[in-house]
Amino acid sequence: MRHILSILVENEAGALSRVAGLFSARGYNIESLTVAPTEDATLSRMTIVTSGSDEVIEQITKQVNKLVDIVKIVDLNEGKHVERELMLVKVRAVGKDRDELKRTADIFRARVIDLTEKTYVIELTGTGNKLDAFLEALDRSLILETVRTGACGLGRGEWIIKA
Amino acid sequence: MKLSDAPQQPATTESTELLSGAEIVCRALKAEGVEFLFGYPGGAVLVIYDEIYKQKSFSHILVRHEQAALHAADAYARATGKPGVALVTSGPGVTNAVTGIATAYMDSIPMVVITGQVPTHAIGQDAFQECDTVGITRPCVKHNFLVKDVADLAETIKKAFYIATTGRPGPVLVDIPKDVSAAKTLYHYPAAVEMRSYRPVTKGHSGQIKKAMQMLLGASRPMIYVGGGAVLGNASAQVTELVRLLGYPCTNTLMGLGAFPASDKQFVGMLGMLGTVEANMAMQNSDVLLAIGARFDDRVIGNPTHFAAGNPTRKIVHIDIDPSSISKRVKVDVPIVGDIKEVLTDLIAQLKAAEQKPDSKAIAAWWKQVEEWRSKDCLKYKTGGDIIKPQYVVEKLWEVTKGDAYVTSDVGQHQMWAAQYYRFDKPRRWINSGGLGTMGVGLPYAMGCKFAFPDADVACITGEGSIQMNIQELSTCKQYHLPIKVILLNNRYLGMVRQWQQFFHGDRHSESYMDALPNFKMLAESYGHVGMDIEKPADVEGALKDAFAMKDRLVFMNFITDQKENVFPMVPGGKGISEMILAEDL
Repeated sequence: MRHILSILVENEAGALSRVAGLFSARGYNIESLTVAPTEDATLSRMTIVTSGSDEVIEQITKQVNKLVDIVKIVDLNEGKHVERELMLVKVRAVGKDRDELKRTADIFRARVIDLTEKTYVIELTGTGNKLDAFLEALDRSLILETVRTGACGLGRGEWIIKA
Repeated sequence: MKLSDAPQQPATTESTELLSGAEIVCRALKAEGVEFLFGYPGGAVLVIYDEIYKQKSFSHILVRHEQAALHAADAYARATGKPGVALVTSGPGVTNAVTGIATAYMDSIPMVVITGQVPTHAIGQDAFQECDTVGITRPCVKHNFLVKDVADLAETIKKAFYIATTGRPGPVLVDIPKDVSAAKTLYHYPAAVEMRSYRPVTKGHSGQIKKAMQMLLGASRPMIYVGGGAVLGNASAQVTELVRLLGYPCTNTLMGLGAFPASDKQFVGMLGMLGTVEANMAMQNSDVLLAIGARFDDRVIGNPTHFAAGNPTRKIVHIDIDPSSISKRVKVDVPIVGDIKEVLTDLIAQLKAAEQKPDSKAIAAWWKQVEEWRSKDCLKYKTGGDIIKPQYVVEKLWEVTKGDAYVTSDVGQHQMWAAQYYRFDKPRRWINSGGLGTMGVGLPYAMGCKFAFPDADVACITGEGSIQMNIQELSTCKQYHLPIKVILLNNRYLGMVRQWQQFFHGDRHSESYMDALPNFKMLAESYGHVGMDIEKPADVEGALKDAFAMKDRLVFMNFITDQKENVFPMVPGGKGISEMILAEDL
């Protein structure tokens, strides 16, 4: 089953390698990983999407927690949460495709953030499923390149993950 | 866990003097009460070595290969409970040390490893003797640091000692670039450090302890399984009290030997792949299993599916300092995370206060079954021939040293015979590489023990394969006058490899014959030590007595042993622990 792990780490050199190295050394999956500093400059927040049985997820959580730089790890699937991912798609936009692409983007509440005579760059935010659906809705031959950030998430309401 | 033998927190050391990074290293080691620094100099640590030359608070031990420095520091930690400390230079100094670091990591040994690094401006430039030390060692240390600013050095060293010796212990590495060891700053060594990301739990959950107590008292086929965590946690006295209070059978793992005394009648021997019938059968058939500081690893319970499926109603209580050891390979019913000594102290108090007592009728029936397994006498071996049996040498060693020596071993058949036949009654006496299984540790391990306990008997049980992996340390032993007794069980084979080939690879001895051996007696003599060749069973005891009577000499005893002898009982890889092959089956 897919799990989203939210991890607070000391904002120190090597912290990312420790976490990524642990996943590869112990044979755990990483579907996506995002990391950036938080409002507290001494902390970074990492979001890892992984998959595995309950036993595997429990081991991942314990092993990550054992790393000395890790302040906290929470499995967002344990409660209600929201998640978002950002995607940029560059498409070939000429002739009648230009309008068609714009209409499709509007339906998905995506925005065109850059355009040239022959291309658009479209920005779309949502769950991974929504991003997948958008790509499926496009004519595949028009897609020039895509980049996705991987998911990040927060617990809902009063569920606050702090150091 | 808190290592009770570790030095107490030193008082805050304030200083208004400007000290160099190298001076700070020496002051910090002094503040930590370090007695011995095992190391090898080189370019990136020259500034630190210059300060070592000027100080008198600890002794530097010059080894002949960095790997041995790590192993010696590791053994010092295993034997004393205090952290071992090593110092090596950058690049090849570090890569040579990696085997020693990984060995300590696998067995959770508290160590602080200081490494030199190229100057900060040269890092990443592929400089001479540069390697990515924190990157290379990251998977085999508990934690590591690269110190880029001398102002952070003192606190980093304090953190290194704190992390290494608390929680589940392990090696911590501090990488110091050459310019940082030369730069100066105001010295302040903190009395304690607080880390929001690192707060090991020591106190066990009292509700869980109560559940464990009820489960233990309700057992009709109980088993107590004690691992290296009990030794590391200095909980041997509590383990012994608990086992005797309950009257249940007890086994120690390879790493746990000595945690419960081997001469006690409740001890059923070591368990595992090369464990006794009574230990493995009681483990497999128990209805309540108490695991103390043990991790159900593959060499102990064999195939985890067989272990669980063969006895699905077995209840397991697991006490461990490390939450990630719990339910890792085997699902546990009552986990208790905490310091073993503290948890057992609470458990013993609750047991003493409880009105319920163990079910004496059921326990008597269970012991009858255990004794029946024990009556197989699975460690019996053939005697009476004119070839020396390796088991016989270990038994005689036990007699001659009155069971009171520090015994180190290398890795292979001799290691298992040492574990099976030298009956350890005390913790921290059996020093071996259980987790990583590193050949070549035996001699440097013996050095670490001898430095720690100069008046004690120290024996290194080894094979002709393993001893050659760090034989250069005979030179270190000469320099520091270390009267170690090397017990070489020389069967001219990589014995455990040969045994596995015999059973599982059609008896094809692919590359397991040790050809072109040196004359070990002359080799030892060339280093100024005493060498002995022993070829007849009748000479074994006398030779051992002669050797141990030479209190001030290293004696290298080359025992020519039976080439075909195997270690039994034996569980083939991937099988369950009750699926043993016995000597008598063949």
